[in-house]
Amino acid sequence: MKIVFTAKGTDMDAAMDPRFGRTEYFVIYDEDTKSVESYDNRAIEGEAHGAGPKTAQKLAEYGAEVLITGNGPGGNAGTALKATGTEIYVGAGDMTVTEAYEAYKAGSLKKA
Amino acid sequence: MKIAIASGKGGTGKTTLSTNLASFIAESRECVLSDLDVEEPNSGLFIKAELIHEEDKFKMIPEWEKSKCELCGNCQAVCNFNAVLKMGKMIMVFPELCHGCYACSELCPTDSLPMKQKKMGELKFYKKGNLNFIESKLIIGEEQAVPLIKQTIDYVDEKFGEDVIKIFDSPPGTSCPVIEATKDADFVILVTEPTPFGLHDLKLAVETVKQMEKPFGVVINRHGIGNDGVEMYCREDNIDIIARIPNDRLIAEIYSRGELLYSTIPSVKEAVKSISNYVDKFNSQKKRETK
Repeated sequence: MKIVFTAKGTDMDAAMDPRFGRTEYFVIYDEDTKSVESYDNRAIEGEAHGAGPKTAQKLAEYGAEVLITGNGPGGNAGTALKATGTEIYVGAGDMTVTEAYEAYKAGSLKKA
Repeated sequence: MKIAIASGKGGTGKTTLSTNLASFIAESRECVLSDLDVEEPNSGLFIKAELIHEEDKFKMIPEWEKSKCELCGNCQAVCNFNAVLKMGKMIMVFPELCHGCYACSELCPTDSLPMKQKKMGELKFYKKGNLNFIESKLIIGEEQAVPLIKQTIDYVDEKFGEDVIKIFDSPPGTSCPVIEATKDADFVILVTEPTPFGLHDLKLAVETVKQMEKPFGVVINRHGIGNDGVEMYCREDNIDIIARIPNDRLIAEIYSRGELLYSTIPSVKEAVKSISNYVDKFNSQKKRETK
């Protein structure tokens, strides 16, 4: 299972970025191989419109099955993520990536 | 003759001035007032007139037709607004982000994105004597004000000739909707308040109209509050202050009841009269120059 976190850094110790569309990085954790990847999303700063769907598209390219974030995607990004069947969990904005993963595992994050 | 009433800062009195100026002018000749603040039009609160026409306004957005699409991704490459995205094996269109530019549709090699109508708002036309009032309102959830502003101006131009005074109550700020609402104007009136906030945003508005090479002048509303920053700035930059509307509690009271001011408050009548004269003088001068 590939799980994507919106984060302010590139590893499992990074703080979560509560924003979806304009998140600074993704941390991608593959549960099967236990590998951690990251994606630098900071170029999104230059997008005046449609940051949400654009980021959702990137997520789809990584084949993410689960997204863990803070505030949750907005309407457009939500539509895009639903279309690709990504499960979304919110409320992890104040955690680190590791904490967010543990909270997800414990079932304490809200499904959006 | 088209006059756009704009401001940098919101809440400086654009609508107050627009409705009073238009009603005053309509006492002696035909005048059109159009509320182009389509995200939150409020001139209509002050104009009691008869509704004579209403129509839906549409924008054109692409709709994906799966059958012929080869998923080449050209559509998303040409979209500046991320309104068309290739998501896996499908093309998603986000109507609220779409600016209706046709690029994805026209450049699609398989014609898989035909443009379809989508309702974005409503236009209403009211009339009372010489006063024609036209307002448009975006429907809830629509994000693009510009296409509706454009269509509203087109409607006004279609119905009324060059000789009629047209007053456009513009949205606040200096972004795209303001540009659209003012770019056809012969003259722009910038309404400000004499405070540091007012001055800061007035400077932005002045920069904007200068870039558009529009003749403009300033009206100071709530004159007497704040400081003399706006006056000094206008003097140094040779900007005409066309009128000053004094700060007056009675104005706020009458305004809060949704009534016009100029018939009860002499200082407001004085102000709209001098603005009307100023605009007439500008207009006849312009006519002489073009002859």
